Amino acid sequence: MELAEFVIKTITILVVFVLTLVIAMYSTWGERKVAGFIQDRMGPNRAGPGGLLQPLADAGKMFFKEDFIPALANKWLFIAGPSLAMLTALLASAVIPFGSTFRWEGKEVVLQGVESNIGILYVFGVVALGVYGIMIGGWASNNKFSLLGAIRAASQNISYEVAMGLSLIAILMMSSSLSLGEIVSQQHGGNWNIFYQPLGFIIFLTCSFAECNRVPFDLPECETELVGGYHTEYGSMKLGFYLFAEYINMFVSSAIISVLYFGGYNYPGMDWVYDQLTGALGTQTGHNIATLIGTAVFFGKALFFIFFYMWVRWTLPRFRYDQLMNLGWKKLIPLAIFNIIITGAAVLFLKPLITAWLN
Amino acid sequence: MQLTNRSKQVSNKEMTLMERAYLPAIATGLAITLKHFFAKKVTIQYPEVKRYLGPVFRGRHILKRDEDGRERCTACGLCAVACPAEAIQIVAAEREKGEEKLYREEKYAAVYEVNMLRCIFCGLCEEACPKQAVYLRHDEFIPVFADRDQVIWGKDLLVEDMNNRYTRETWTKEEAYELNAKRANGEVTNVVPRAIP
Repeated sequence: MELAEFVIKTITILVVFVLTLVIAMYSTWGERKVAGFIQDRMGPNRAGPGGLLQPLADAGKMFFKEDFIPALANKWLFIAGPSLAMLTALLASAVIPFGSTFRWEGKEVVLQGVESNIGILYVFGVVALGVYGIMIGGWASNNKFSLLGAIRAASQNISYEVAMGLSLIAILMMSSSLSLGEIVSQQHGGNWNIFYQPLGFIIFLTCSFAECNRVPFDLPECETELVGGYHTEYGSMKLGFYLFAEYINMFVSSAIISVLYFGGYNYPGMDWVYDQLTGALGTQTGHNIATLIGTAVFFGKALFFIFFYMWVRWTLPRFRYDQLMNLGWKKLIPLAIFNIIITGAAVLFLKPLITAWLN
Repeated sequence: MQLTNRSKQVSNKEMTLMERAYLPAIATGLAITLKHFFAKKVTIQYPEVKRYLGPVFRGRHILKRDEDGRERCTACGLCAVACPAEAIQIVAAEREKGEEKLYREEKYAAVYEVNMLRCIFCGLCEEACPKQAVYLRHDEFIPVFADRDQVIWGKDLLVEDMNNRYTRETWTKEEAYELNAKRANGEVTNVVPRAIP
């Protein structure tokens, strides 16, 4: 590998990493603000203008608290739990395409940590690993409530991963590619997958709520039954890591949703804007600015879905455990299979008909 | 017996397909929360904005002077006797010649101390006072204190400032807001509640 390429990749990965962290950080602020606004109050507004320094204050507090490990806990696994949760959450952001390309002295730099031809499989693999952090943390705490929370998390994640994967298959049948970059570029020109896969989108969205352990599927940390769930015994920055990992997961899944169903960095009228910019500013600057606009659009979509997560959290009550399992196994999986059949039939029979009719 | 007309007949019927799909109900719920998201917030930004507490709120103590600026208190000790928390301590003294400008009666309180940790703000001292000397202000709190030497308030903090006298002009919330608005417009410039020291 060339040195220049190596440096560029390193910088891209660092930027992606930092962006993910910053967005996760400000999601904590956003969550509290949204919660406040929905409950007719102001939310945090004392630290800095509009409470914008609140995440820093929280982080400072977390860092300076006593790093306590219970006497009967498994010490190493107790530390490994939050580290794993954080690691797996951050790993998934590597393959998300944030924008098209930057042009610089004849070089094209892709705005993506790693361009992989099995991007979506990678995301699924890493997200499935995420439950290890919770499992290990819950088990190592040596506490009944933590263990129950961890078991719930594991069973919930396994159940909903099935439906999630099945709903995704319909997308893959349409795009016939596993690469996230490819899936995004196929949605160019308003061909967003949401218009073709509304049912698949709803299933995917529901499952990603469950995968992120967000309300209404936050049974692993259900306070009324399990004290704090898998992080009952945690304190200081280890607890902070768990909470932070949840917000990173939220951002990653919002980004994945916008990549898979909402065209990623594509927006209506994109080609016209591109032509105008390259015409006015030259192929290099114009191209770069067009890319930046696309990236901004992508972040807009992802942030909207983060907001949607919060919005749902402060609207819906928590599911009961049997309801959760019923919904996952008896409703979402059959629906997802039905969706696959419909998509298959449409791709086989409807698509040739429509293309023939259009031509 | 029917108390309200809000009672609802509970039924155990099967949900329709539309109801079992959850999504319409979820959309309704989301619409409701979104409406609240943009609604006006009820929060009062406390340290910056203070709510009018009403004309009979009992806050910070004050020892009134009369129109000529003489202290009204004659150190009779009725307030100290009436105080259920025994928060008031008075040392009486006799007025000397030449002090007629300072004290209205021939006897005055050389020391008048209120222990703010003991005071329960019941207002019995106000009621007991025959000279209309001690009041609990309706417009000011006792400020927060953290040190022991700030617990006992002496005459330096209690006696009224003649440049900033304490009156109670309004007796309803509406009147109070009206007066506030007039002060903000500059129509009334008499008494401005004094800042907490």
